[in-house]
Amino acid sequence: MSALICEVVYRGIFQKNLAARITRGIVLSARKSGRWGIAFGRYGDSPQRNGIPAKDFAIVADTKEELEQNMARYEPKHVDVTVCVDDTLSKGVESWAWYGLQPINRLTEPNGTLLMTSLQSFDALLKDIHMKDAPYKLSLIRAKASFSGLWVYKEDHTEVRILGALAKIAPSFLTLDAVAEAIKEMEWGSELKVASARKTYERIETREVKITEGNAEVPYAFEMPKWWEMREGVTIPAIPIGKPKEGGQGYVPERNPYFKKFSTRTMRPVIDFDTCVKCNLCWIACPDSCFDVMPDGTFDANMDACCGCGVCEAVCPVENCITMVNESVFNDNASQWEMWRTDKTAYKTWLTATIGDKKTTARSHGFRFRGQYDEELKKDLETGGVEIAAGIPGENAARKV
Amino acid sequence: MAIATATQAASEDKELLISGSEAVAEALVLVDLDVVTAYPIRPYDTVMQAIAKKIANGQLVAEYIVAEGEHSQFEIVKHASTVGARVFCGSSGVGWMYAMECLVVTPPLRVPMVALVGNRALDDPGAFGVEHNDALVVRDLGWMLCWIDTSQEALDTTLIAYRVAEDRRIFLPLAISADGAFLTHSQAITLVPPKEKVDRFLPRYDRGDLLLHPDNPITVAPQANEDWVIEIRRQNDEAMKRAVGVIEEAYADFRRIFGRGPENPWFEEYMAEDADVILIGMGTISLPLKVAIRELRAKGKKVGLIRLRWFRPFPFERLAQALGRAKAIGVIDRDYSFGSPFHSGVVANEIRAAMYNADKRPPLLSFICGLGGREVMLEDVYKAVDMCYAAATAGKSDSKTHWLGVRE
Repeated sequence: MSALICEVVYRGIFQKNLAARITRGIVLSARKSGRWGIAFGRYGDSPQRNGIPAKDFAIVADTKEELEQNMARYEPKHVDVTVCVDDTLSKGVESWAWYGLQPINRLTEPNGTLLMTSLQSFDALLKDIHMKDAPYKLSLIRAKASFSGLWVYKEDHTEVRILGALAKIAPSFLTLDAVAEAIKEMEWGSELKVASARKTYERIETREVKITEGNAEVPYAFEMPKWWEMREGVTIPAIPIGKPKEGGQGYVPERNPYFKKFSTRTMRPVIDFDTCVKCNLCWIACPDSCFDVMPDGTFDANMDACCGCGVCEAVCPVENCITMVNESVFNDNASQWEMWRTDKTAYKTWLTATIGDKKTTARSHGFRFRGQYDEELKKDLETGGVEIAAGIPGENAARKV
Repeated sequence: MAIATATQAASEDKELLISGSEAVAEALVLVDLDVVTAYPIRPYDTVMQAIAKKIANGQLVAEYIVAEGEHSQFEIVKHASTVGARVFCGSSGVGWMYAMECLVVTPPLRVPMVALVGNRALDDPGAFGVEHNDALVVRDLGWMLCWIDTSQEALDTTLIAYRVAEDRRIFLPLAISADGAFLTHSQAITLVPPKEKVDRFLPRYDRGDLLLHPDNPITVAPQANEDWVIEIRRQNDEAMKRAVGVIEEAYADFRRIFGRGPENPWFEEYMAEDADVILIGMGTISLPLKVAIRELRAKGKKVGLIRLRWFRPFPFERLAQALGRAKAIGVIDRDYSFGSPFHSGVVANEIRAAMYNADKRPPLLSFICGLGGREVMLEDVYKAVDMCYAAATAGKSDSKTHWLGVRE
């Protein structure tokens, strides 16, 4: 191997600068050993949209000629290291309509590494990460998804922790000392950040993943039409109108069959159908028309269409009726209303447990109240265990300005 | 003002003394136009005035929208066409340039807009006279392009233009180019056919599955990335290729129904059959060329003319065939293409490319003449023909581009 190819999979806008810092850091660290390199974003991801999976790349090589083999591409065909800075992306990546669901490890070379920031266990993550026909390594840095975003860059050291981990994963390209030197030279570098990188070098956890391990689901895919099969005039048919849910009751709109939004979400609404007052506000406010109207007049968030924005939670007038919960908790996209209809007692138990977990109801991106950013910064950066009581709208009512 | 002559033509056609622009307006009445947009610029403005008069006189019922600039002018008809209206638009020179963004999007959206470009020099210097560079700017974008040189051809070609553009196999915009002053402002005896004939020739505009209508809900022009764009371009390419057959079909039908019109839609051949030297040009330049050719023929020089009607699609095979007969070819461009191969005009280089694979490639000489509306003088033509004869004798061209009629 005389070239190191890395991708950074991140959430559009929220982690844009984080991803750029990582890929630039890789190239500038490798430069310390005389390597040549390029850092670039996948052009199709720009302009970025909030939370939509996006990718940046860093390629370093011994010679300019080797580098050229990987240039003038939208994305490499294979990568040595896949870096994923939001573990909800372990379910896969779908950035545009017709792309289908692309497993997070799709580009990872056999025996390559998937490096993630996560508080989940290996086993919990492997329930979401798709099976691969070649073995690879899964490396974890203990941290929740960083919100080192576009508008306010949160200095939570995630970028240097990734670079420190990469020094462990690809030492022939990035020595720890070279990484430390490069960090110090960055306009955003500091001695404290170098220390964070060195600590992560020691603390990174890695295990082999066998071809038998992982989510066995076959990712959905679409075949793109040939030019003569496409409608002419740059026209596409509108989404047809929907149908009643059952027995002429309720209403389920038709949805874009080529874009599922599963990978768009970092959180999803969990709904208490027993306390729902059928006020329609979530249904009206949802920008993605994700709510299906049920025969009893309640509203079920359809996971085919929910992008996880949380507007429903914000407008719902009933305390704890709609609660946004981190996507990593869920292993399927099944209807909550059906679950509730089947067994109301079991649903209540599940609901109470799910929305009661402060870790999973903490926002992975964005803030619920003014000052939350400062509060989070005070917490221990190194453990990544930023645990805050931010989950329930009712609890935060007093802090909402 | 159109003046009916005392003697009617023997046929059902009505004889009028009208300019090229007025002839286009006559055709627009016959095709029962729905929406027309206007913004004044010479020489195109003569068309918008003529249409306005038709509407004011009650001869045509159509939406006449005066836009606040050419950009809106072309954008409005684009949308009107999308909802099923038969539309007309037009401009000249820098006005056409100002509409450029809309001109670019019209072909991929498959909008069969018919436009008249009253050819005018591009500013600066501000000038009214003819140059072909304005219309030629869309030559690579999916616009069909043709040049006309008489009022009669203006009327007939407008009828044909709707038939071709609105053919479901094509659905591409079509620009008819008319030389400023020499055609737009010059009146000639023109035959106007009765509407019944036009109705037989031109079916109604049916946008079919591309119609933007509540009963046919579609989205037009969504964002597309690199995984869609080349397919869309390929569709445009195919439509332009299909236009070749559709244009030939339309001219054949035109001749059958109206009893006139050329057998060869693509170019007019004037004394070219047996010619040693063939001159090539577009538009009204044919008139001084024809006069010169008659004079030269009288002196025993076998000179002929090919006047190119269709520039897009470019009739490269038929042209190569016709030109292969000559001993030398002289292309006279009323346009420029600075820095292009041999520093020639656009037409010369198109013909060079068309001849590249031909079995017979006579020496080709390139001339630039009549820019900014300057008259093409017989002396200029004689000079060009002499140089062509010298190349024919030598068996090769000097690979230079000669400017004619320029003070030096």
